[in-house]
Amino acid sequence: MAHRIEVSLKELVRDARGERIRREIEHFLHLSVTSVRTMDVYSIDAELSADELETVASEPLCDRVIQKYSIDSPSASDFDFLVEVGFRPGVTDNVGRTAREAIEYVTGRRFGPGEGVYTSVQYLLKGDLERSEVEKIATGLLCNTLIQRYQITDYATFAAGGAKPLGIPKVAVESRVEVREIDLNVSDDVLMAISRDGVLALTLEEMKIIQGYYQRPDVVEQRKALGLSGNPTDVELEALAQTWSEHCKHKIFSAHIEYLDENGNSEEIRSLFKTFIQGATKKVREELGERDYCLSVFKDNAGVIRFNDDWSLVFKVETHNSPSALDPYGGALTGIVGVNRDPFGTGKGARLIFNTDVFCFASPFYEKPLPARLLHPRRIYEGVVEGVEHGGNKSGIPTVNGSLVFDDRFAGKPLVFCGTAGIMPAVINGEPSHVKSIDPGDLIVMTGGRIGKDGIHGATFSSEELSESSPVSAVQIGDPITQKRMTDFLIRARDKGLYNFITDNGAGGLSSSVGEMSQVCGGCRLDLAKAPLKYSGLAPWEILISEAQERMSLAVPPAKIDEFLSMAEKMGVEATVLGEFTDSGFFHILHGDRTVAYLPIHFLHEGLPPMRLRGVWEVKKHPEPRPVEKKDYTGDLLDLLSSLNVCSKESVVRRYDHEVQGGSVVKPFTGVTNDGPSDAAVVRPVLESFEGVVVSHGICPRYSDIDTYHMMANAIDEGLRGYVAVGGSPDLVAGLDNFCWCDPVQSDKTPDGEYKTAQLVRANKALFDYCVAFGIPLISGKDSMKNDYFDGVTKISIPPTVLFSVIGKMEDVRKAVTMDVKRPGDIVYLLGKTSFELGGSEYYAARGFTGNRVPRVDAATSLKRYRAYHGAVDQGLVASCHDLSDGGLAVALAEAAFAGGFGIEADLGRVLFAGVACDRRDEVLLFSESASRLLVTVRPEDRERFEEVMSGNCFSSIGVVTEAMTLTVTGLDGSVVISGDLATLKEAWQSPLREL
Amino acid sequence: MALAKAIVITGNGTNCEMEAAHACRLAGFDEVKIAHISEILYGEVRLDDFHFLNLTGGFLDGDDLGSAKAQANRLKHARIAGSNEHLVDQLLRFIADGKLILGVCNGFQLMVKMGLLPAFGGSYLDQVATLTFNDCGRFQDRWVYLHCNPDSPAVFTRGIEKGIYLPIRHGEGKFYTDSPEVLERIENLNLSVLKYSDAAFSTPTMDFPLNPNGSLNAIAGLCDQTGRLMGLMPHPEAFVHRTNHPRWTREELPEEGDGLILFRNAAEYVKRNLP
Repeated sequence: MAHRIEVSLKELVRDARGERIRREIEHFLHLSVTSVRTMDVYSIDAELSADELETVASEPLCDRVIQKYSIDSPSASDFDFLVEVGFRPGVTDNVGRTAREAIEYVTGRRFGPGEGVYTSVQYLLKGDLERSEVEKIATGLLCNTLIQRYQITDYATFAAGGAKPLGIPKVAVESRVEVREIDLNVSDDVLMAISRDGVLALTLEEMKIIQGYYQRPDVVEQRKALGLSGNPTDVELEALAQTWSEHCKHKIFSAHIEYLDENGNSEEIRSLFKTFIQGATKKVREELGERDYCLSVFKDNAGVIRFNDDWSLVFKVETHNSPSALDPYGGALTGIVGVNRDPFGTGKGARLIFNTDVFCFASPFYEKPLPARLLHPRRIYEGVVEGVEHGGNKSGIPTVNGSLVFDDRFAGKPLVFCGTAGIMPAVINGEPSHVKSIDPGDLIVMTGGRIGKDGIHGATFSSEELSESSPVSAVQIGDPITQKRMTDFLIRARDKGLYNFITDNGAGGLSSSVGEMSQVCGGCRLDLAKAPLKYSGLAPWEILISEAQERMSLAVPPAKIDEFLSMAEKMGVEATVLGEFTDSGFFHILHGDRTVAYLPIHFLHEGLPPMRLRGVWEVKKHPEPRPVEKKDYTGDLLDLLSSLNVCSKESVVRRYDHEVQGGSVVKPFTGVTNDGPSDAAVVRPVLESFEGVVVSHGICPRYSDIDTYHMMANAIDEGLRGYVAVGGSPDLVAGLDNFCWCDPVQSDKTPDGEYKTAQLVRANKALFDYCVAFGIPLISGKDSMKNDYFDGVTKISIPPTVLFSVIGKMEDVRKAVTMDVKRPGDIVYLLGKTSFELGGSEYYAARGFTGNRVPRVDAATSLKRYRAYHGAVDQGLVASCHDLSDGGLAVALAEAAFAGGFGIEADLGRVLFAGVACDRRDEVLLFSESASRLLVTVRPEDRERFEEVMSGNCFSSIGVVTEAMTLTVTGLDGSVVISGDLATLKEAWQSPLREL
Repeated sequence: MALAKAIVITGNGTNCEMEAAHACRLAGFDEVKIAHISEILYGEVRLDDFHFLNLTGGFLDGDDLGSAKAQANRLKHARIAGSNEHLVDQLLRFIADGKLILGVCNGFQLMVKMGLLPAFGGSYLDQVATLTFNDCGRFQDRWVYLHCNPDSPAVFTRGIEKGIYLPIRHGEGKFYTDSPEVLERIENLNLSVLKYSDAAFSTPTMDFPLNPNGSLNAIAGLCDQTGRLMGLMPHPEAFVHRTNHPRWTREELPEEGDGLILFRNAAEYVKRNLP
């Protein structure tokens, strides 16, 4: 029988958690509750004496200054309803794990097999509530039924002793090792049923390739020698499905595409990835010549560039969309700790220096009905924000840059981009750190967490659209502390040269990590029976593809294994030898003595012919709003400042530690009261030096409604613009692309697939054109191609979205520039020209229009301007700089002014305009989102030098910083068109998300 | 004079070891060791060989049982491998030898929950206070003004005129005592070294966000009666250079950040008083 320890707060102690939940019940569910109090419950399923139980309850589990405890006796009181929420069996319970360790310290004994600690939370609700309302509170807020269970007890039942405990979520699976064979000599319909029922996400064509392989006489012969039949084992089929999944294989980016433009001109593209992404980098590197700073691109878990002679910089951005849709907290937490392992598993391993996060959600105030299985955007917002908070903060990695993008189509699937950068010594033990290899005979070692049923079919599931029947096992909950222990250990092992190769266990688990490592040296022999499991009863195929978190796979030379394992043990990290790498040419998997998978490396990785797609582009004409001629645009500006895409995200950003590691230089918020929005982040990764890493990003999904080519171009420009604004050097800068698309494969479910494919082609064309023109090599990236919801009736597709992340260097962070105006009298300049480019703008969106005039990027003149501006920064001539993006000049002026705490007087008549005279209107000059523009302030005494440095570029002085706390903009006819006091403008900008 | 030696303990979720070590070096410590807790538990590193112990920020064991609770339990119960000594014995000897301990954020939570602070009358393992969830119910990263008590015995804050400006980064920073008497005694003994205050460092405040967590009496930092043990929620190691300051691009600031003074005082104390 499990013992139950309940821990509650003492009478007079404020229950901040309960208060927050009460507010959320009111806010989200519109139910009034008098009070909510919370209690922690520990169910201890282990042999403990009464004394030990008392010590455990009173010391580690209870803080006696504020809490009290009870053992094996229900202690709740003074409530109307009690809701207890605990995990479902097999879901990671981090608090339970820590409690177990604490109990082991107290007793001096390790828990035996099957013993464990399980946690749950009791919510004591008081108020005039119906049971159905409590049900709504439980399912709508307190409990995610996908991973948790709940039980409601009313007070009368409780008082009568009728409350049944929730029960412990012990995994009860029969310990039975079974390997099935699947007969593929069946009809096409049955082949598809095998794929569908097994969540394999394999197409008929792919199933037939597998069928054909097993029918080959040489294969039959070879398998017979190993005691295998002519049918694939479930282990083999799962390994193939994982390796060939869209998630892992990027079939769409490797496809052969026939592209037809709007004039019917046809073009054959053999792999978007090779043609446009690798192609761009190759071209940029050729042009850089001897100055090339790329060290490792597209071949490792993350890209590597040079930082200086002593250090190399590593960066990767991932998405974790599908899991975050189902379990926002667990999905996002896993997203961040998952991407941490990418730079950590790059080269010989990098120390992690910062995270970046970009989330795309539907409005948290969404009020339309939602189809089945979709969580309310507000809940997704809450869960994702908290998941990334816990993942980043607990790992000790500062979150330095990010954004929140809103569009109601993201209700179909939220996008959760998580990025992590790392740094490693350029040379480790005499070898370049970005290079690694495996020798046959090296041991396969897995470190970190144990394997469970969590995350099974993550890779294949995210290769399909979200639907009502999406599998629950695909969700995992990350454990930052287990991972932190592992990385603390592995960095030390790295410096001692204890391993040859390291990679991460992410999507596809061991199948993916060991599969890819086997490609490096030519084969492997791995025994699944040696893998440490969370609980017994996993089938061999489950062990192979489980995506249980916090694991790295390594190649350790036999001579180093003893030292490696003993160091791991001392540091409390589990490390297990699972087999060895070979040069046999085969991915050879055993369970004990029995061979359960035997696949040629070549077939596994190269056996899939390219997919064929067709893209047909058409220019869509959107209604164009009538030009507006108003006397006063102050109201429009206030509306824009309050729009979700423009408004302050401070309530979220303050929840992220952005300063840990001590190298923060330009923080997310800046200005006189630390609340103006920075354009990019600057970080010093090596505290003894003033060299800095600069990171920023661009993302503009709304422009996709007009043309994804320009969406991409603007995202690149936005990323580079913010980067340059704070002082990033145009001479050492790299990019990462993260494509999130709606399914572009034409089918009954996707009748507009050809258009979506054409959109994808156009975005890639722009990626090539602009990266080459700006001289930005792409060093890594990722695609997520199935961001749709479809339940058979309702289909919600996200707008095609690319996150373009920019990373680079500044030689001396003491020259960094922030966006807040600095002092009255400074001259306000606008760099770049403004055109009538309101298509896809925030201003049009506020009026319910898309329009057609999407901003166009002129890379050559922009780059020249950025370089000149960087020269001015280098000479210390820039007091402040803010980039112009959503909301155009008007928003940028307001933000720079209220961040700095000084007014601005600006004159639209002095803004450089490109276009026909009749388009030169106040509305256009204020709100157009023309690319590549920067708002700069300069001290009067630096005026001449600044103008000299900028000469030959488009720029004009448009006003002055003033003592008066107002923003005053004069229109083309000389009258004031915007006049707002800074407090009002700032309040409009700060209020929308303040309480979230 | 012997070398001044600092140690920073890491492992199990400690995060700020590098910048804490950097601050110690800048402050003049001759030797700074970042030791993983396992090295201490296996007897490979001994506290006795150092003068200044840094218990720094992070999320020990994920703060899963309440911040730093699991580590407090570990330090109390864990034995040094191959000996009969408990780690806590080494720690108490370190204190008895007149050495210095600074706990920052998670380290402060650890010290309070182990009873190392305020430790009235030198009763070092007696917990009478705690740090719990911020009143706002959320983790916060923001900068705070800290009024410094000129009458406190703390060696770390000597020479601070009015106050210092530092970042806090925590979800559980609300200082709380188990009785009003404890709070009164802390104040009477001037053990409340630092308090959240207004921007002029003149008046302690309970107003959010100046006081980011609702701490009783606005207490942000605490020392014991010897002044050699101190803990604080704000991060002094996060402000050692002017570029750490959130407004360094708009204010005239000295090259050195406010946080460094704590480490300089520690180094000076060690060099003067500890052989």
